[in-house]
Amino acid sequence: MTEQKEHTQKVIVFQIQDEEYTLPVQTVGSIERMVPITRVPGAQPFVKGVINLRGVVTPVIDLRERFGFEPFPETEQTRIITVTVADMNVGLIVDAANDVLDLENDAVEPPPEVVGTVEADYIQGVANVEGRLFILLNLEKVLAEEDVLHLERMHG
Amino acid sequence: MNQYIEVFIDESKEHLQAINDHLLTLEKNPRDLTIVNEIFRSAHTLKGMSATMGYQDLSDLTHKMENVLDAVRNEQLLVDEGVLDIVFHAVDDLEAMVLDIVDGGDGERNVEEAVRMLEAVESGGQQSPKTTTSAGNERKPELFLDDYTKNVIKMAEESGSHPLLVHTHLRNDCLLKAARVYMIFEVLEQAGEVVHAAPPVESLENEEFESSFTVLLITQESAEGIKTAIEKVSEVDYVHVEPFKEKETQPPEGPQVQSQAEISDESAQKTKKSTPRGRTIRVNIERLDALMNLFEELVIDRGRLEQISSDLAHQDLQETVEHMTRTSSDLQSIILNMRMVPVEQVFNRFPRMVRQLSKDLHKRLELTISGAETELDRTVIDEIGDPLVHLIRNAVDHGIESPEVRESKGKPAVGQIELKAYHSGNHVFIEITDDGAGIDRTKVAGKAVKNQLVTQEQAETMSDSQVFDLIMESGFSTADQISDISGRGVGLDVVKSTIESLGGIITIESEYGEGSRFSIQLPLTLSIISVMLVEVQKETYAIPLSSIIETAVVKKEDLMNAHNRKVMDFRGRVIPLIFLTELLQVPVELEEKDDYSVVIVRRGEKMAALVVHSFIGQQEVVLKSLGDYLSGAFAISGATILGDGQVALILDSNALIK
Repeated sequence: MTEQKEHTQKVIVFQIQDEEYTLPVQTVGSIERMVPITRVPGAQPFVKGVINLRGVVTPVIDLRERFGFEPFPETEQTRIITVTVADMNVGLIVDAANDVLDLENDAVEPPPEVVGTVEADYIQGVANVEGRLFILLNLEKVLAEEDVLHLERMHG
Repeated sequence: MNQYIEVFIDESKEHLQAINDHLLTLEKNPRDLTIVNEIFRSAHTLKGMSATMGYQDLSDLTHKMENVLDAVRNEQLLVDEGVLDIVFHAVDDLEAMVLDIVDGGDGERNVEEAVRMLEAVESGGQQSPKTTTSAGNERKPELFLDDYTKNVIKMAEESGSHPLLVHTHLRNDCLLKAARVYMIFEVLEQAGEVVHAAPPVESLENEEFESSFTVLLITQESAEGIKTAIEKVSEVDYVHVEPFKEKETQPPEGPQVQSQAEISDESAQKTKKSTPRGRTIRVNIERLDALMNLFEELVIDRGRLEQISSDLAHQDLQETVEHMTRTSSDLQSIILNMRMVPVEQVFNRFPRMVRQLSKDLHKRLELTISGAETELDRTVIDEIGDPLVHLIRNAVDHGIESPEVRESKGKPAVGQIELKAYHSGNHVFIEITDDGAGIDRTKVAGKAVKNQLVTQEQAETMSDSQVFDLIMESGFSTADQISDISGRGVGLDVVKSTIESLGGIITIESEYGEGSRFSIQLPLTLSIISVMLVEVQKETYAIPLSSIIETAVVKKEDLMNAHNRKVMDFRGRVIPLIFLTELLQVPVELEEKDDYSVVIVRRGEKMAALVVHSFIGQQEVVLKSLGDYLSGAFAISGATILGDGQVALILDSNALIK
């Protein structure tokens, strides 16, 4: 069993645009349907605001906008994945979330460096499993705080 | 075992605090033996408790300390600064041991140093001339009788009984003193009636006496008969019985006997006072927190129910919900009250701290504390300690000058620091005032310019209080020399941010050369607050009622322009308008109306009118943090969950008014 742990990791798979991203299952708290979001003034556009998650006020981030994709209208499939990183609870808005997968560690490769693309440090690696390409996210980088609030500018 | 440890820790802390407090009083009145007795009592209890719990080191050291105190109590040793320093040192060790036990340790500590010093004092003390006590012959404590007892004696004499003074001395190696006392009293009560005892009966039963005690017995038996009866009790060294004469009850002259009488009087009062204390119970703080959390959930549901019942317009439902609202408001005030603790808990460590600081810095200080009984929410109390420590250290270190400097300035050599707490409205104020050097405006401004906090031009136009506020900006320390006391990297900026995170405000007043005052304004409670809900465009915001003066509707044509800013007249004062739609970048969805709904808020003396679209109403809400991820969002102090389950942000009007 321990052997297996070292070689595979359980991940949650979700979609944004047409791409499939993964997050380690232990960082994910729950997957929620969309709920009304309260906007927080002064936050970056991709910080959509806060929601009431069973009595806890939780900030939510639109991953589409965080990754620089076009905004996409909310559908029946839209989900909020709540994750815990460094003691913070954050919700991530994704197009759909519907899969749990065991990912072989051997299948994970470092992100391909392509000239002319935006360097995305929040991508930890990619995995090609049976023709499907999964992008592994580095949550800390996704939530990097300096990007989230630009308070100083608001003060000025 | 665990539950005993908790009780042990709580009580040890209380006793150590009592010892600390009394030692400080003793330092001021070294001749007052009543205080020594108080200290002795605490030390004795502590010794007993720690021995029972198996903390040998703790018990040993307390025992040594007790010996010294006993010598003082029996006037074999004079209280001076040297003795007090050593006792304080021992108390520090005791505190460290208790803290170790709190942290799950075994309370062991190398206390040789403290023990050696205590022993030196003790033996030194016994060699010192002891005029009042001649060896081998115990002093007979004098009795001081109240009028009631005197009357009883008088009546007894009329009915043929006579009062006897029975002085009993137990053997020094007597182990079960309380048991012997019980047996002796048994004998005495068969013979007659015990009307007075010194030390009091309660103390005797608790073994709070040395080896001898005196009782006043009203009996028809002869003195000789009583003496023989008592001598039959084992472990009695000797008994002395003599007829009691009224004149002895007059408190004789001389301070020594006077204080003896006070001792017994005082301890009698103490025991009486302690009886009603049985009506309180200790509750674990975590349970109170859990209760509070559950209640917060209830408040949210209550809000939801109110909304549902008003939507449904069902009469029975409405009445029930109304009743529930009233009950839960009562419940809320009870729960909030339970969490209130006197600020004394924080204040009581300061006298010791100031004493130590004055020694370390060679300054002469006097700390006056008032309003220590003022109550604050536990969560606030927990957080306010460190900022206060910092401010007091700051006042001692940077405020109060050395005695020489003070005298050359024509001030008294002893510096005054005043710590004051009081209630006002929904807030508690804590003020720290010193009569020290005050803040040098030019120096602060110069340093702020140098550190690029402000420009030279800004510094010149700033008001005094604005300049003083600069010392609380991060990266600012005015001390010329970095001393051990303050200025170790963390500065007043930390104090300021802690207080603001508690929803408080700190302001500085200072007169150069005359002294400074730091005032802290704190909310009574942090968790449930009254707010006014308003709509800005289609978004709902909550404004704390504590900062609102009133709401108003103003016509557009009544507004004025001042320097390109819209202002309005509010009872003769010109106050600026803040358009929340712009400030909070709210998406514009509504058409502009002909008049503005404004909420007039204040911060200290300053006011501003917040322009909103409509008022929803007043509501009690549970304050929730935005979470670490968004903490520090501009002008938002938190969030709350409304009746419909949605989140509304709470505006921080302090941040809106600059």
